[in-house]
Amino acid sequence: MTNIGVIISMVFIFGGLLAIMIYSLRGKDIDRRIIFLFVFISVATSVIFNVEFKEYPTVIVKKVFDKIESLPPGSKVLISFDFDPAMKPEVFPMANAFVRHCLVKGHKIYLMTIWATGQALMNETVETVIKEEFPDAVYGEDYVTLGFKAGGVGVLNVIITDFRKMYPTDEHGTSLDSIPLFAEVKSAKDLDLVLPIGGGQPGPKEWILFIGDPGDVPIAPGLAAVVAPLIYPYYPKQAIGLLGGVKGAAEYESLLRQVYPQFQDVPAPALRMMGPQTMAHIVIMAFIVIGNITYFRSRRRGAE
Amino acid sequence: MRKGPIIITAAVALFFVISWIIKSGGAPEGSSSYDAIAEGFWLTFAAFLTLAILSFLYKDNPFYKFAEHLYVGVSAAYWMSLGFWTTLVANLFPRISMTLSEWFQVEFISYQYHFWVPPILGVLLLMRLSPKGGWLSRWALAFIVGTTAGLNLPRFLRSDFIEQISSTMLPILVNWQGFGDFFTNFSLSASGQFVSIVSNFLVVLGVLCGIIYFFFSKEHKGAFGAASRFGIWVLMVTFGASFGYTVMGRISLLVGRLTFLLDDWLGIISG
Repeated sequence: MTNIGVIISMVFIFGGLLAIMIYSLRGKDIDRRIIFLFVFISVATSVIFNVEFKEYPTVIVKKVFDKIESLPPGSKVLISFDFDPAMKPEVFPMANAFVRHCLVKGHKIYLMTIWATGQALMNETVETVIKEEFPDAVYGEDYVTLGFKAGGVGVLNVIITDFRKMYPTDEHGTSLDSIPLFAEVKSAKDLDLVLPIGGGQPGPKEWILFIGDPGDVPIAPGLAAVVAPLIYPYYPKQAIGLLGGVKGAAEYESLLRQVYPQFQDVPAPALRMMGPQTMAHIVIMAFIVIGNITYFRSRRRGAE
Repeated sequence: MRKGPIIITAAVALFFVISWIIKSGGAPEGSSSYDAIAEGFWLTFAAFLTLAILSFLYKDNPFYKFAEHLYVGVSAAYWMSLGFWTTLVANLFPRISMTLSEWFQVEFISYQYHFWVPPILGVLLLMRLSPKGGWLSRWALAFIVGTTAGLNLPRFLRSDFIEQISSTMLPILVNWQGFGDFFTNFSLSASGQFVSIVSNFLVVLGVLCGIIYFFFSKEHKGAFGAASRFGIWVLMVTFGASFGYTVMGRISLLVGRLTFLLDDWLGIISG
């Protein structure tokens, strides 16, 4: 049924694209809403018929995975949820994958956010990933949620010298002095790895500038696609690796499934998203080709 | 008033109510009828807002305007209330007032008088709303500009300038042990010697030619002009990569919303 659905959608989409090309070659303009419709259909059919492709991890993603793998159990890893619901589809899978990987390796995780909108999403990860999949994980001993603080880079500038000045308590009002995870942590310099996830400002770039470089703390950002090209120049010296957009998240999920078979049945939203992504990209590329053919043809006619 | 908008609004309202009723019946076992009705309402409302925003792709309309204004208002209120509880209540009151700490049920830390400076600057900033005292806000603004510049300058100078220059000074020949060794161990793997050499060479060449493109004190002719043209190509490839990533980001958002509509709302697919 799924295969028949995919074939019917392909015939419909590519038949439609061919019709549009013929139509535009006759010198007629195409309404922009037709393009929206085609992108919508290609994404919707891929979601409905669950079109999936195999993901091959790239070096830049593998380096993040290998870093978490190479840390000894009990290492201190901070994950910052610096994003909002608008970025959720592409970066939330990264956050959940990082949390799963760190907990399965026995690392201690510190969750925080410098975006107000990140707090609810951070708690969603706690409820749906940590509490459901790792019921033995103890709050305060295996993970801690620091919550949100306003101030952007100001927050980072304080925690590089002292966590307690900015976070006298955790998210629930418990003093950091009474939380075992903070017994050996005074500042961000005491962390073994920082995984900032986001795509705005303040975000991963600020973590590199205000924590990674001055504190000599390894940073491996998970990025929304729009900012990924801006962070690439920091790789490999200032960022040990990075996850760019949903593609990076899908590669990480695929690695996690390969190395830890117990995650085979755990939802992998980024991997599921790559089918619709591929189909939508094919449609967009087809429109770019159609546009160029029509342009060069009309220019040649103009020259004649 | 024209009949068209009334009919469309009535149809949307009817559709909303039908969806609410259907979704209220599908609540998980064990939840109360009130929870089920609330769950059905919020799910339907979220679907309505998604469709209202997407309707802008067809053309501007009142449903889009409603969703847009609601989003702006809710976002501002959310940021403000969360800022109040996590910064003023959690960080400030325990350091300036025992009474306020007790009132908001947070543990009093100790009197730290320099913590009065931020609220005073905050009040000065709000003086901008006053026609006569507006000039007072400049003091707070000057503090913000000064500290931001002071904090950012050394960080950017180190990370975006010195470290970036250092990252560009790459060896053109990576692990070079002679031609024989290079050809006998030739590999196209992403972490192999050949790819590392090509990648380092492109980084160095790309940065040099990109800088040459922005060097206007010499006419772009001859070898200098060729380097400048290559610089343009490098910039174009960068813009293309940015565009590609942007498309991927936007499509991800569409997939996210469609998954919500088809799974959570309509139940056509399984999550």
